[in-house]
Amino acid sequence: MAEILLSTRGLSRDFNGFRAVDDVSLDIRAGTITGLIGPNGAGKSTLFNLLTGMLRPSSGRVTLKGADVTGLAPDALFRKGLGRTFQIPRPFARMSVLENVMMAPVAQSGESLLGPLLFPARVAAEEKRNRERAMAVLEFVTLAKLADHPAGKISGGQMKLLELARVLMGDPAIILLDEPAAGVNPTLTGILIEKIEELNRQGKTFVIIEHDMDFVMRHCDPVIALAEGRVVFEGSAAEAQANPVLLDAYLGSMADA
Amino acid sequence: MIGILSYLVFFATLASILAIAVLGLNLQWGNTGLFNGGVAAFFGAGAYVTLILGGQPQDEHLGGFALPYLVALAGGIAAAALLAWIVGRLTLKLRHDYLAIATFGVAVAFENVMRNALWLTGGAQGLRGFERPMRDLLGDGLNYNSVFLAFVLVLLLLVYGVLQRLAGSPFGRLLRAIREDEDAARSLGKMPARIRLTAFVTGSAIMGLAGGLYGTFYAFVSPQDVLPTLTFQIWAMLIVGGAGNNRGAIAGAFLIWGAWTASGWALSRFAPVEAQLYTGSIQFILIGLVIVGMLLWRPQGLFPERLVVSQSGKPGH
Repeated sequence: MAEILLSTRGLSRDFNGFRAVDDVSLDIRAGTITGLIGPNGAGKSTLFNLLTGMLRPSSGRVTLKGADVTGLAPDALFRKGLGRTFQIPRPFARMSVLENVMMAPVAQSGESLLGPLLFPARVAAEEKRNRERAMAVLEFVTLAKLADHPAGKISGGQMKLLELARVLMGDPAIILLDEPAAGVNPTLTGILIEKIEELNRQGKTFVIIEHDMDFVMRHCDPVIALAEGRVVFEGSAAEAQANPVLLDAYLGSMADA
Repeated sequence: MIGILSYLVFFATLASILAIAVLGLNLQWGNTGLFNGGVAAFFGAGAYVTLILGGQPQDEHLGGFALPYLVALAGGIAAAALLAWIVGRLTLKLRHDYLAIATFGVAVAFENVMRNALWLTGGAQGLRGFERPMRDLLGDGLNYNSVFLAFVLVLLLLVYGVLQRLAGSPFGRLLRAIREDEDAARSLGKMPARIRLTAFVTGSAIMGLAGGLYGTFYAFVSPQDVLPTLTFQIWAMLIVGGAGNNRGAIAGAFLIWGAWTASGWALSRFAPVEAQLYTGSIQFILIGLVIVGMLLWRPQGLFPERLVVSQSGKPGH
């Protein structure tokens, strides 16, 4: 089996006595598209925030590439190879699409106050390389034509593609996507998932958090299901589909929703 | 003729000094989104410390230390930067309106200290005993003022050039990204707290340079020079010129300073005698109207921020 890239042990988070995530232990293996499902209120978002450093756990540990990263801030996690997108896209609105993407590479020598003043040649060379790579990434997500557009003026679906481009530019080992299909027209969702699967074939690892059961069953393997803050199912997509408890609990509640 | 020329030199010197301060504010607000409501304190720190370090020894208050002029000016810049570092460490966690209130409070406190710490600043009487550099050589009057204007212009161009280079660099891109969405920037591995402090200290140091030059020009500074009025004027210059655009910042400084002095002159010349008592207040109303009008009808300023700054996606760029 492939190595474990990201894992949690006994991860919990309380909010004023309410336990939103309860003793979650899970392993994300390299090269997978792992789906994380659960109805509203199951603790998906809290778990996502714990994994991305937006929240600190009340107890338990998070390990990334074998190193303990419990409680690290989002910026430190990104520098260690964990990228994420947002459920509601957060582009840098009054910047161009290209500049949004060029933000992402870590440790740019021109990012300090003195770098651009003292080493202009080095910074220019780095910018040229980053620009070429950013254009290639934009080409990949079909946004190259919009490179000079204000990022705040493109459609919601294009913003999701832009977020994917931005995070790809930082070249993280694992990418966590928060409801990539939510609020996007089907054509752009199709492009988005096609790109994710292509990247996955090249070896990139993804975790997709979704409450659209159908989407997860079609595109994710394995599947981890949460209910009331706990992991209630962990297995392949085929097993998930054959699991009566899961179908009952989820499809039932999803159908009601 | 000489009179008009003298006046133009005088006007251009002050406008250029203020333009330097506006450039500092543009780095903080225009680029990074930091609402500094206490510009006068950083400007004042530069002015006071330059004069204390560079002035002749006095009985009434601390200093002067008669240091070489450029050392004194550097000291003024460093004092503004140090004040900004302390204030920044304490307040930069605050966003927008709270940061504005906190920094405004700092400026009010600064003015009060300058007014009351007689041993340090000479109190309401202000700091005296400063000799303008190279006065032996150039004398007073138009000669001196022209050379000083050239000196100020060189510094203005230098500050402009450095800030332009920074705006087009990855550093400038990072500042704008933090202005736009701090959490998104953090999710991409950036450290907003550190970058914001860097921008705040650098912008304040530039304001300190402007203050130092201002103090040098008058060879005098008093609490009257660091009133909240000054913060208000510098903000008006940036809003009218165009936040986020360095050229706009300079144009705004000249335009607003021009409008300010012209309205003062016109009021003293044409307004009825009874109204002349209120000249200052009327000027404020006029400037206030200009700001409100700009925000309503042209919020991006006369020179809007350029969107594609660091890199363009066009081939062959």
